Amino acid sequence: MLTPDPLATLQDLGRPGLADMGIGAAGAADRGSLALANRLVGNAASAAGIEVTFGGLSVEAECVVLVSVCGAPCPLRLTSGAGAMNAPFYLRGGQRLTLGRPRAGLRTYLGVRGGVDLPAVLGSRSTDLLAGLGVRPGPRPDWFVPDAVRTLAAGVYQVSPQSNRIGMRLLGPTLDRARHEELPSEGMVPGALQVPPRGCPTVLLVDHPVTGGYPVIAVVAEGDLDSAAQARPGQRVLFRVKP
Amino acid sequence: MRILACGDTALLVEVDALADVLGLTAALRADPPPGVVDIVSAARTVLLRCAAKVSDLAAIGDAVRARRPLPSAPSTAGLLQIPVRYDGEDLAEVAELIGLPAGEIVRRHTAGSWDVAFRGFTPGFGYLVPRTPTVSSMPSPPTWALPEIPRRASPRTSVPAGSVALADCYTGVYPRMSPGGWQLIGRTELPVFDASRDPPALLRPGVTVRFVEVAS
Repeated sequence: MLTPDPLATLQDLGRPGLADMGIGAAGAADRGSLALANRLVGNAASAAGIEVTFGGLSVEAECVVLVSVCGAPCPLRLTSGAGAMNAPFYLRGGQRLTLGRPRAGLRTYLGVRGGVDLPAVLGSRSTDLLAGLGVRPGPRPDWFVPDAVRTLAAGVYQVSPQSNRIGMRLLGPTLDRARHEELPSEGMVPGALQVPPRGCPTVLLVDHPVTGGYPVIAVVAEGDLDSAAQARPGQRVLFRVKP
Repeated sequence: MRILACGDTALLVEVDALADVLGLTAALRADPPPGVVDIVSAARTVLLRCAAKVSDLAAIGDAVRARRPLPSAPSTAGLLQIPVRYDGEDLAEVAELIGLPAGEIVRRHTAGSWDVAFRGFTPGFGYLVPRTPTVSSMPSPPTWALPEIPRRASPRTSVPAGSVALADCYTGVYPRMSPGGWQLIGRTELPVFDASRDPPALLRPGVTVRFVEVAS
């Protein structure tokens, strides 16, 4: 966030049910607009987004990210490309989005695919997110359908409870194979995204077998391996494809 | 030869046949390119894992392309005899699959010498292939070699330690209880892997392996 507007706050749909502890539900003032912003980028309606009061917010993407802007209609300024209210669009790494003053209304909501990362407080839905885990395609992207790497980069994955030191199993968009024959077993490396027939990748960690027989679509960047090893079951993971 | 990117610190070299893997592996082991810390041979590939500080994987790829294959390591690590009870759960099914009597499968399995082509899967597991006669200028499998054996359609979640098994053109011995999809033809009491032994693995490249039938 480049222009930290004191009236831009992180909001979700609040924490109902704690009133007897003296804690109000709070949450987004315009719940429908936040829910719409979330729906447009494929989030649960209750995911956290940024509530902007009377425009003025300026954000810069660290990696490619799908966003949407809903609520009070503002002019949207992008350093390149175009975006419109009430429709999802991508911000590329380094690209900046600025919200002008709304023509009508007061509060505008920025939805971000995967949610916005802040620690949970009292069970309010913040997003436990490992964003921008760098991967490099290879060695076997040609074993998958042509847009599989894009699917990997655009998808939100969740760490399965069936994860251990051998590998972190992920649940999320499936990466479909273009070749269906058996791959002769080959050497594996830590960080390899091995894809078994059901299509959800497993990120191999330090105790991985020396060889494996499922094709590897991409490998986690060396510098991001430690972060991958710290991902918790249930945590969401976003990948960023490096050249 | 295809050289495939495998993250920031590894290259996967793909070749056409197991013989190419063995020749390339021998050449790379004899003279490893600087920065290579681990070489993992497999059926059609050689994985080169490099030190994390290696900045130029392309140079390592060039060095690999420049290597001329060497004859694979001569069998100098001695003879290993593996006593086997041929009472494996899948023996009858394999016999049916390939159209040979079970007794003939046992005869062929014990008829000649096997080489450890490469290792992998789990500690101490070796992929054994029939030794190719070197008398001819056109190497071909020996007459006792078994036809290719398909893996089981659904792998077992637990294969007992010591299981002797077949798959593709390979035979192998499960060093410890593990999941597995190979066809089980027998069982040995010989512990092929023991971390407290030096060397821990009995099945390693250079060892000549013979299977010997013992009474069930």
